[in-house]
Amino acid sequence: MSEVSLAVNGRTVTGTVEDRTLLVHFLRENLGLTGTHVGCDTSQCGACVVHVDGKAVKSCTMLAVQASGSTITTIEGLADGADLHPMQAAFREHHGLQCGFCTPGMIMTATDMVRRHPEGLDEATVRAELEGNICRCTGYHNIVKAILAASQTMQKADGAAQAA
Amino acid sequence: MGIEGIGARVVRKEDKRFITGGGRYVDDMVVPGMKHAAFVRSPYAHAEIENIDLTKAKGMPGVIGILTGKELKADGIGNLICGWMIHSKDGTPMKMGAWSPLAIDKVRYVGDAVLIVVADTKGQARDAAEAVEITYKELDAVTEAVDALKPGAPQVHAESDDNLIFDWEIGDGPATDAAIAKAAHVTKVKIHNNRLVPNAMEPRAALGQYDKAEDHYTCWTTSQNPHVARLVMSAFYNVAPENKLRVIAPDVGGGFGSKIYIYPEEIVCLWASKKTGVPVKWVADRTESFLTDAHGRDHVSEVQMAFDADNRIIGLKVDTIANLGAYMSLFSSAVPTYLYATLLSGQYAIPAIHGNVRTVYTNTAPVDAYRGAGRPEATYLLERTMEIAARELGVSPAELRRKNFVTSFPHQTPVIMCYDAGDYGASLDAAMAASDYAGFERRRAEAKARGKLRGIGMSCYIEACGIAPSQAVGSLGAGVGLWESAEVRVNAVGTIEVLTGSHSHGQGHETTFAQLVSDRFGLPMEQVSIIHGDTDKVQMGMGTYGSRSGAVGMSAIVKALDKVEAKAKKIAAHMLEADESDIVIEDGALKVAGTDKTIPWFQLALAAYTAHNLPQGMEPGLKEGAFYDPSNFTFPAGCYICEVEIDPDTGKTAIVQFVAADDFGNIINPMIVEGQVHGGLAQGIGQALLEGTSYDAASGQLVTASYMDYTMPRADDLPSFVVSTTVTPCPGNPLGIKGCGEAGAIGSPPAVMNAITDALGHEDITMPATPHKVWAAAMKH
Repeated sequence: MSEVSLAVNGRTVTGTVEDRTLLVHFLRENLGLTGTHVGCDTSQCGACVVHVDGKAVKSCTMLAVQASGSTITTIEGLADGADLHPMQAAFREHHGLQCGFCTPGMIMTATDMVRRHPEGLDEATVRAELEGNICRCTGYHNIVKAILAASQTMQKADGAAQAA
Repeated sequence: MGIEGIGARVVRKEDKRFITGGGRYVDDMVVPGMKHAAFVRSPYAHAEIENIDLTKAKGMPGVIGILTGKELKADGIGNLICGWMIHSKDGTPMKMGAWSPLAIDKVRYVGDAVLIVVADTKGQARDAAEAVEITYKELDAVTEAVDALKPGAPQVHAESDDNLIFDWEIGDGPATDAAIAKAAHVTKVKIHNNRLVPNAMEPRAALGQYDKAEDHYTCWTTSQNPHVARLVMSAFYNVAPENKLRVIAPDVGGGFGSKIYIYPEEIVCLWASKKTGVPVKWVADRTESFLTDAHGRDHVSEVQMAFDADNRIIGLKVDTIANLGAYMSLFSSAVPTYLYATLLSGQYAIPAIHGNVRTVYTNTAPVDAYRGAGRPEATYLLERTMEIAARELGVSPAELRRKNFVTSFPHQTPVIMCYDAGDYGASLDAAMAASDYAGFERRRAEAKARGKLRGIGMSCYIEACGIAPSQAVGSLGAGVGLWESAEVRVNAVGTIEVLTGSHSHGQGHETTFAQLVSDRFGLPMEQVSIIHGDTDKVQMGMGTYGSRSGAVGMSAIVKALDKVEAKAKKIAAHMLEADESDIVIEDGALKVAGTDKTIPWFQLALAAYTAHNLPQGMEPGLKEGAFYDPSNFTFPAGCYICEVEIDPDTGKTAIVQFVAADDFGNIINPMIVEGQVHGGLAQGIGQALLEGTSYDAASGQLVTASYMDYTMPRADDLPSFVVSTTVTPCPGNPLGIKGCGEAGAIGSPPAVMNAITDALGHEDITMPATPHKVWAAAMKH
């Protein structure tokens, strides 16, 4: 057993876990943050993507003890209070989700994607960058639309923040 | 149309919880005292169980109980059944092999459940499962249906000595043979429809809870039809009487058919909860899903399509062998028969059709309905054959189809179905225009200059949805009725709850159904809640599959709304001292037409419950229920056109354009309908290009049992789609709806393969057209 301590969605949390505990299981079972999902076991589907120190990480690919000391954001911590993150709003506006199971991972991947592409995104880039996230419902059509739309909103917001 | 009413692109009510991490799936459920299960499964495709030694496993940390098939049987838990009786053409009933929820003396496919381990944690359950020692005597296995029919093939079940489940036919054999004999041209094609794994992103899961004090069971399960699950578990598997069993299907992460069936795991978790005294949760990992979710398709067929000298189809003969796997899943027998061969007329007027279907046991996962269920198999067969025929006859594929279209309705086919409405020329024209079909040869030449092989292919599909009148399906062997039920509860403050037997696992019912109610009474959608997925809340239901929630589920809601409206008008007429026939409902109020007399909806609702001033003899309250039994199947149809570009050096196929023109009848929410089409197209394109389920023929091992091995369509495998609709309202239901959930998966595989074979210049390639296969085929070009 190991002690872990990490900041999750702005809150410091500690726990005692089996050494083999994956970060995703710690989040879901110890912290009750069930928005992060397990879809495959082989780090292929991306339903478990969270942000670890600001970067998108498949939380089924990381041990909880490895994440100790890190700052984690999960889907539950993405919105600013009652205000949806622009990516969340865009997924809703553009019908980028159906059953909702892959959605948290998609949104966490997508926000990281926008961050890593300050030059902006085009459809081919978005599709290539979604390689690690599988959706069985939407055919990706509206997910791609949502990410492109949110990318523009987020860049405008960034531009406005910098101008101010 | 209002901003929230029928026809409006309303964003989904349910999205808020999904985009914020607030969805509640079975694996998210926690109940006090809950423990975790792991199943020990057969590592062999076919073996006798000689001995089970639990000594070591029982001593493992955290183990609460380990239960076997013998104990299950001793407690009277029944075998799994197939709920649709099919008789062979010689009159004998289908040969249903015994399927114990936990195997007792024999295992028949890799993944067959043998026993359950319950422990404090999931990890401990798995550790103990690893410590179970089972001695098997391995037997020869067979994985392909064609091989299973050969003399001397390994025998899967004692109930069938030749692995044949039934040998069934439909249509007129002699008339079809006569048509072929006198034909000017006969196109002969062998068709292979590849086996697929549904792969809903949420793995199957079950949480069983037995309450000893109440002698009551609760099952949270990943189901598309919780009431059916309750009925079947009660009536056939003896888990508990219906009044002592509550089934809850909360948020469910996709189904595509695979979550219709009642699997061993939910039965065993409920039983194990009683045996161990703790709530028992099981969640499949992805490999378990690959091994044990019901697979789809897996047909091989021989087709003869006969034409007269004017290129009119005069006969169609089809001989199909369908692999049903190791056991007959719940609706497995209906898929290659009444959901398949009844669609063999396609969009065409064909005077003589004969279909023969043999279904076969093999040592593979059970096969049942997967998105489209039989209709994709019929469409693939017909639309590949039509395209090949056009090439053989040297005529335009579009014009060959158009010449043979059914153009007057109703149209009785020779294979049971009576098409009620459609305009197949309209969807063909729409798709051809949207794809610039006429300009293709220019694009082909331009691609050739770049060293690429460009091809175009079309597919004109028809399907049958909603399923059908209960009496009709009963006469064809169904063990259930296929109605739907609804209850509309107007609360005393005027808000409305609709309880529906349909189940949403991505389809957006909470929005679409609310739009229907909002439209009827002119109320904001936020005042309408849709409740589904819980047998303790919702009165009755048959669930969601076969694109039935709109055509059948919403029709039940319409019937209940009619009753609510009629009563509300009576109350309003009484209160406003007007004639009932003069009352209109609009903008959230009941009004006397042509006057300023009005009563707000909430006030009327309150009056219904205070009951201080109701018409003489009227019961208080404003709550009505209804059952709706469809009058016919519905017949969505459309035309898909796919354009591909193949790199002959690598075999990589790029879909450069995909156009869909669908006729779904009337549409409630175009945004949701388009989303359904997109998803269906992705699954169909996945079948055509990427998804192959591979069992090793010698060992019966599933080679493609993870996302490292089974190629799921990813974003960079697909284009953005060009989708549109044409509309002929369905005359058979009050909303004129046909259904849209499966069309994309039904119509797209032949369009893709017709495009690839057009690019290659020959027909010698099967699905999935992987780069390796395409590269090899291009070498023959």
